[in-house]
Amino acid sequence: MADASLGTLPPATWEYSPAPETVPVTIPERTQVFIGGRFVEPHSKKRFATINPATEATLSQIAEGDAADVDAAVSAARKAFKGWSKLPANERAKYLYRIARRIQERARELAILETMDGGKPIKESRDVDIPLAAQHFFHHAGWCDKLRYAMPGARDPRPIGVCGQIIPWNFPLLMAAWKLAPALACGNTVVLKPAETTSLTAMRLAEILQECDLPPGVVNIVTGAGATGKAIVDHAGIDKLAFTGSTEVGKQIAKSCAARGTRLTLELGGKSPNIIFADAAVDQAIEGIVQGIWFNQGHVCCAGSRLFVEESILPEVTRKLEMRMRSLRVGDPLDKNTDVGAINSKGQLATIMGYIDAGAKEGCTVCQPGQQALPAKGFWCRPTFMTGVQPAHVVAREEIFGPVLAVMSFRTVEEAITRANNTPYGLAAGIWTDKGSKIFDVARRLQAGVVWCNTYNQFDATSPFGGFKESGFGREGGMQGLAAYLAE
Amino acid sequence: MAEAERLAVLKTWKLFVKGAYPRSESGRTLPLHDAKDELVAHISHASRKDLRDAVEAARGAFHGWSGATAYLRSQIIYRLAEMLEGRRADLAEAIRTTTGVSGKKADAEVSASIDRTVSWAGWCDKYPMVMGSRNPVAGPYHNFSMPEPSGVCICVHGVAEKHSLLGFLSLVLPPLCAGNAVVAVANTKHPLGALLVAETAPTADVPAGALNVITGEGAELAGWIASHRDVDSIHAIADDTVAATLRAGAAENLKRVHTLPMDEDFTDGDRWTSPRRLAPFVELKTIWHPSAT
Repeated sequence: MADASLGTLPPATWEYSPAPETVPVTIPERTQVFIGGRFVEPHSKKRFATINPATEATLSQIAEGDAADVDAAVSAARKAFKGWSKLPANERAKYLYRIARRIQERARELAILETMDGGKPIKESRDVDIPLAAQHFFHHAGWCDKLRYAMPGARDPRPIGVCGQIIPWNFPLLMAAWKLAPALACGNTVVLKPAETTSLTAMRLAEILQECDLPPGVVNIVTGAGATGKAIVDHAGIDKLAFTGSTEVGKQIAKSCAARGTRLTLELGGKSPNIIFADAAVDQAIEGIVQGIWFNQGHVCCAGSRLFVEESILPEVTRKLEMRMRSLRVGDPLDKNTDVGAINSKGQLATIMGYIDAGAKEGCTVCQPGQQALPAKGFWCRPTFMTGVQPAHVVAREEIFGPVLAVMSFRTVEEAITRANNTPYGLAAGIWTDKGSKIFDVARRLQAGVVWCNTYNQFDATSPFGGFKESGFGREGGMQGLAAYLAE
Repeated sequence: MAEAERLAVLKTWKLFVKGAYPRSESGRTLPLHDAKDELVAHISHASRKDLRDAVEAARGAFHGWSGATAYLRSQIIYRLAEMLEGRRADLAEAIRTTTGVSGKKADAEVSASIDRTVSWAGWCDKYPMVMGSRNPVAGPYHNFSMPEPSGVCICVHGVAEKHSLLGFLSLVLPPLCAGNAVVAVANTKHPLGALLVAETAPTADVPAGALNVITGEGAELAGWIASHRDVDSIHAIADDTVAATLRAGAAENLKRVHTLPMDEDFTDGDRWTSPRRLAPFVELKTIWHPSAT
């Protein structure tokens, strides 16, 4: 709620004319599963609707893959493994380069589709998701014939076999690229399952794989929900599993694999601290906070959802944050001026609202400075921050996976580090200070796989990503990410 | 009067926790037999509480051990090799007596064990160089990745028949040299090599708690190790059953588990001095900073 002490403020938002992306994208009425290089009917003949979360309009009917489809996909991947793993490495590389190029060439179509199916602002899918997906294929293409340099001490790095890969709905095509590119570069074959609310770009990627003449069975895509994922996890023909999603499901998967000893990498949840010291460049830090928690509606595993502000600058930071939030534009994800799009699903919106209520009930002050009218249809949540948050409050402990920031203060560096590390998670962290030695001291002591200093939420194909502690194990991207897809 | 035959002083081997040598709090002991099945000594039979005490000691030592300079850690591990060299005879005798191998074979294992220790001493200040990287991101950022020890590691030597000393050191040294604090469960049948290392460690200035050694029934301890919430990683020689137990329990807090088959060949020096062996016990941290103003 707007604070009277804010003084003179700019208008809540400037009125912009709508600037929607108008390029039409063809979406099939119904999708199939992609097995052995062909689009085939799902064994169950069942389908479920995928909707545009910004309009609630049905976009397509998605094939519901079951255990029989998974079995067929694993067989196709096993059959393809022989040829693919034996292919000269530079030939394998050329397929990956082709895929990268086709993603770049079809980037506009993929960005629009991603935004329609997932609700994220077009400027993010256009400038972040799709370019990064292309970069992942391009970067990993070059690794194919250089694997012996990727793992110091490995005598004979070889592919593992058939990989089962299960990905989330927050960065659909990008997560597919993160998983597929290293697996293929190392000579493995794949059965991939996209998230049930965001299958469209994965199926478009299947078309691209066909266009690129990728040998049949090297990549198989089976759409569906949790049961389909479980069929992959439980399939005895899977040699390696990679999962990105919640810590809760990650632990179940780890347990399911315990007896077989299937190789596993997990990229799970987070409750990442973003620490602002009094000697930071505050205006830059404010941009970093915005980028940290409201990027992609907060549907980001590494979102900087716990803000720790040095006590002396807390009033300044909250005032400036509130002011900045007034200019965040929430609405039509296809509009090029939109900053915050639609929440991915009705269920996720309910989860987020539940957390906001829980925060209010525990005595936190809920601030939603934005005043724009929200669209009548679709799933929306205004960018939110909470003050008066205590470490024991549920909004300070649990991953919300939405545009909700918990603001807390600290007095000493020691306190900031102790509280930042006081979580079972360890995915990412942010540090804002202009003092170089402090950056390195704090970065060293934070338990996090990625530490952003004077920046936040940056990603790159050359930069390994992954967590400490209960945020999972293994890295994706960069040289070190290849180890997850190689046997020695 | 004829001199009476001197009665040997029988030793009960104790645990090694936080730099001290306690008995099991449970008061339990296990008989230790030689290759001819004759009783040679008693060892402490660690309980769940002993395991918890050892983990607590390791957690307490982790900050200091991981925070010490890599140069210092390297010198301490090298010192351990120096001190083991001075106890060659005891080590060879322990191997020979309990496993029944020839004196020559026992001697060779001691040599290989000490050489392995020297090799790992050298990795302390080098593994971050070969496992880290400067990543050329497509933007105005300085970006680098570096490995860090993941915390408290439990090494389980299980019931493997071969290489009671070489196997023990090969399990313990990679996580220890990376900067982890270690709780090692000695080989159930042949624990003397491990216990002699435990007796040597303080004289090499290994900080109290950085290395702890307990003895007992590996299979009994496995479930407790797996479910302990303050353990970060596990390095174990295990059969399928024990490996499954370790992995299932570890899923509760996502410990990093690295298991080896019962017939793991520790004499493969190339394999067992490779930095790949410490990879499961480090976490990669990637740091970004803008490089443009």
